[in-house]
Amino acid sequence: VAARGCGGVWRRARQRGAGQPGPGPSPFPRGQRAVACNAKGGAVPAGKSGLAPWVPVVGLEIHAQISSNSKLFSGSQVQFAAPPNSLVSFFDASLPGTLPVLNRRCVEAAVMTGLALNCSINKKSLFDRKHYFYADLPAGYQITQQRVPIAVNGSLSYSLCIDNKMSQMVTKTVRIKQIQLEQDSGKSLHDDTRSQTLVDLNRAGVGLMEVVMEPDMCCGEEAAAAVRELQLILQTLGSSQAVMAEGQLRVDANVSVHHPGEPYGVRTEVKNINSIRFLAKAIDYEIQRQIEELENGGTILNETRAFDSKLGCTVPMRDKEGKQDYRFMPEPNLPPLILYDAKSLPANMNHQQVINIDWIHERLPDLPSVKRKKLVEQYGILPEHSFTLLNEDGLAEFFESVVKETQMKPKKVIGWILKDLLSYLKQHSLTVKESPVSSFLLADLLNLLEKKEISSTAAKQVLAELWKGEVKTPLEIVKEQKLELLQDQKELEQICQAVIDGHENEVIMMVLG
Amino acid sequence: QRVSVEVLEHLEHLALVDFRDAEGVERLQKAIQFADQLHEVNTDGVEPMDSVLEDRWCLYLREDDVTEGNCTKELLENAREKVEEYFVAPPGNIPLPKLEERETFLQSS
Repeated sequence: VAARGCGGVWRRARQRGAGQPGPGPSPFPRGQRAVACNAKGGAVPAGKSGLAPWVPVVGLEIHAQISSNSKLFSGSQVQFAAPPNSLVSFFDASLPGTLPVLNRRCVEAAVMTGLALNCSINKKSLFDRKHYFYADLPAGYQITQQRVPIAVNGSLSYSLCIDNKMSQMVTKTVRIKQIQLEQDSGKSLHDDTRSQTLVDLNRAGVGLMEVVMEPDMCCGEEAAAAVRELQLILQTLGSSQAVMAEGQLRVDANVSVHHPGEPYGVRTEVKNINSIRFLAKAIDYEIQRQIEELENGGTILNETRAFDSKLGCTVPMRDKEGKQDYRFMPEPNLPPLILYDAKSLPANMNHQQVINIDWIHERLPDLPSVKRKKLVEQYGILPEHSFTLLNEDGLAEFFESVVKETQMKPKKVIGWILKDLLSYLKQHSLTVKESPVSSFLLADLLNLLEKKEISSTAAKQVLAELWKGEVKTPLEIVKEQKLELLQDQKELEQICQAVIDGHENEVIMMVLG
Repeated sequence: QRVSVEVLEHLEHLALVDFRDAEGVERLQKAIQFADQLHEVNTDGVEPMDSVLEDRWCLYLREDDVTEGNCTKELLENAREKVEEYFVAPPGNIPLPKLEERETFLQSS
């Protein structure tokens, strides 16, 4: 069964017999582009180099920390950096006699996310215990939703550029198997010198949404694009801030390869991926590693591997004791979670105890895909422009306020935003919010250009000056540097004549050709 | 049908219980026999019950307010070892030694 979605196939990066891969981590010869995936979806014809093609299969498990004040089942605070074990209640520490109490906000976040990903929301979902021993899991089990999760059968659409050209974008879809609510574990700090682990339970019990994607992707680029779009959706909804660097969005990749028409190969799980860029690298490395291993006559172990970002490779993870038996059982302290819609709304219930799916649906904000479409329709910009606008936090709003304050057409403004402003920001590693040039200043400048009071070159000069962040208006800078365009015809003629008079020889040469 | 030594060892690994002696294993056997009586009931077409209250009771939903925490000192009082407000644990899970390496009566059974 060929993989859905990309249908791309891979070629081996090196000839057979070129020697065993050495102890170095990278299986690719230096300089060769890692991804050979055909984004258009056609299989690379076999027989081109005599080697049977490989179909990589990539599935993702994503854990997103819910953006809430307090934890999933207790009233302790959710906060990133805090003194160790200061945000821990008796329940989080698993002291006997404590019970879980479900946080309404966490349920709403999961429903919003499920709706945004086109899922069916289960009006009745159940909680289970997943048992395993680890120092950062004080209860010895995690409360999760294994039997009947809160949302199932959704989809996520994302876009990719073909051949690195932004002008050729293709839309792909990955199926969402389910979304479930579950507890986060505490944090373990390994102290190898003293042979001990320090445990901080501040994170223990924080609400998570686990988003399980079907293995519809075929390479690192697709996975990265899908995760980026999910990140934007979560941030738009506000259900998670989804900042990977702060552990609010964690992605594990399941990777396998097989020949077209044959059953799926053994898969490995890749963990410890800290950014979207590393996600693509880790997946592409693992695909290549598996292909090389199999073509050299080896086998793939069903194991968990960690991505080493310094070396750019995956390594087997230590401390994984064979196949785990989680002994799932229903959580006896939590009855089923019942959700309602407009039709099934109960008559005599306290509002605070009722979650209405339709009410939430009506109040969903515009998702990124809708926002992009509106930008294109409203301002006549290109689809790829809308992608860049939404990709940078605050850039779309900046663009819209400039358009409001200037007579220049949006199609021209966008160039200034995406080429000039954005490149300045990138050069100085600044966010849009940190820009020394405000939307008003830029609008002022563009107005001068639009009224033909200055040239385009002069405008760029003024922008460079504005970037210094001194308190000067564009007009002041123009006057200071005498960049005004001459409007007087007579004055222009006089200057031109003076130049011609002053360079008689050159003029004769030019006239003679 | 007796529970095999392999299963008993697997259970000891998973749950860190110690069946200790023949009496302990026998108690397990009897417990399984007791539970197996459930198979005498025909449950074809019947959904499993999650709660005796069925559809009458919704799970209580709490407001998203911070009402707990800030009791580091009390929590750490339970720790045998601590380092600057962290709990101290061994570097990784210490697995139960394999059957051959243990002195347990399971070996002889």
